[in-house]
Amino acid sequence: MSSPEWKPIAKPSYAPVVVYPTFLQTLLSNLFKDLRLEWRSKDAINAMLFFALLVAVIFSFAFAPTPEEARQMVGGLVWVAVLFASIVALNQSWARELRNQALDAYRISRASPNALFLGKAIGNFIFVSALELVIAPLFIVFFNLRALGSTTALILVFVAGTWAIVINGTFFGAMSLRTRSRELMLPLLLFPISIPALVLMVNVTTAVLTGEGATRRPLDLLIVYDIVFTTVCLLLFETVLHAE
Amino acid sequence: MNKKLVFFALVTLGLLLYALIQSLYDAPHEETMGDIQRIFYYHVPSAFVAFAFFFANLLASLVYLKNRSPAADSFALATAEVGVVFCTIVLITGPLWAKPVWGIWWTWDARLTSTLLLWLIYVSYLILRRFSSGGQTPVLAAVLSVFGSVDVVFVYMSIRWFRTQHPQPVIGGGEGSGLNPAMGYALLANVVAFFAFSALLVWLRYRLERSRQQLDELHALAAERGSINAS
Repeated sequence: MSSPEWKPIAKPSYAPVVVYPTFLQTLLSNLFKDLRLEWRSKDAINAMLFFALLVAVIFSFAFAPTPEEARQMVGGLVWVAVLFASIVALNQSWARELRNQALDAYRISRASPNALFLGKAIGNFIFVSALELVIAPLFIVFFNLRALGSTTALILVFVAGTWAIVINGTFFGAMSLRTRSRELMLPLLLFPISIPALVLMVNVTTAVLTGEGATRRPLDLLIVYDIVFTTVCLLLFETVLHAE
Repeated sequence: MNKKLVFFALVTLGLLLYALIQSLYDAPHEETMGDIQRIFYYHVPSAFVAFAFFFANLLASLVYLKNRSPAADSFALATAEVGVVFCTIVLITGPLWAKPVWGIWWTWDARLTSTLLLWLIYVSYLILRRFSSGGQTPVLAAVLSVFGSVDVVFVYMSIRWFRTQHPQPVIGGGEGSGLNPAMGYALLANVVAFFAFSALLVWLRYRLERSRQQLDELHALAAERGSINAS
């Protein structure tokens, strides 16, 4: 049996056919990569959870409030706990890009920098939201809470507030990656910028928990804060990624 | 020594002396607050200078992001440093005045809190400059300056939920506001003198930073030629 003679069926084309992924595909692959890495290691989420638990316990020892006092202060405490704990996740999320020069490879590729940034920001948003879902019951138990105001406002403020922390946190995480002692640098950059958002978040949360005070206007302003800072981040991320 | 710089320094010295005499001797005695009111002639001009230089820092940062000129970066650094110094003066002279007049050192009202947060943002700007290395510093700093400026708007709006205790603007405020003309003159003299003094500081700091940049360039050039022993 002789081997059949090989004949080209069609005239071969040597022009490479390359399909570049779209912005959304790049974004989603960045996001799913982060989620998969976190699902396998669970580094950030475990560290964040334990950290937030410690903050909750230390606060309840440090202040030992009556239920009425607790109502007044928990709005502040829960956001401070979330802000401090989210630093852990934000630092982790960029540190893993440094292994094997993954970030440098990304920089020389033609993929959109904003796809990377948004993918990371959404990933961090999911991690911090998961953290909140776990520590909110803890605060309710430790401080005997019951919402007297609108629950919708409470949910809205948690979504908008978490995004406010995460969007700036992801941006400044990328920035502090470029500095010496980078883990230390992130809170130093993030906290001053986040203070106005924190004021609004605490105002709304306290208003819901005590059932007194307006939630509408601070909530609107918080949403404007989110929109403005998301825009600024998207405009400037490429500059930071390519800073030399 | 630069002749223009020496001349400007002498003019500044003259202005400062004149403003000092104006505020401590010529300005009339305030009826309710007494001599404590005279801190006003340092507090208000310092605030003007700090805010003006933070704004100049934003402009210089935007110019740097646009054309990456080292001069713009030096100017941004100089204005941020001098701005922080004058903002610190505002934050120190404020409580010194408030304790005898209000009876408290500090209150979380809109204007005090905004000024404090502005100070925090620019201190973090200076820390970032200190902690980042090499050619990245100017870019990162310019980006942070843009963030800080956007943030200031939100600081002012979000803090309005706090009660305001700071005196209403006395100049160009509503009816019943306004300064005694002699006081207004002393204030004006101090504003001019403080602007001249702070401009002098920015000038000196700018020159220093430019020299440092040029020195760095020379070092890099020399290292390239191999004339520096890497020991």
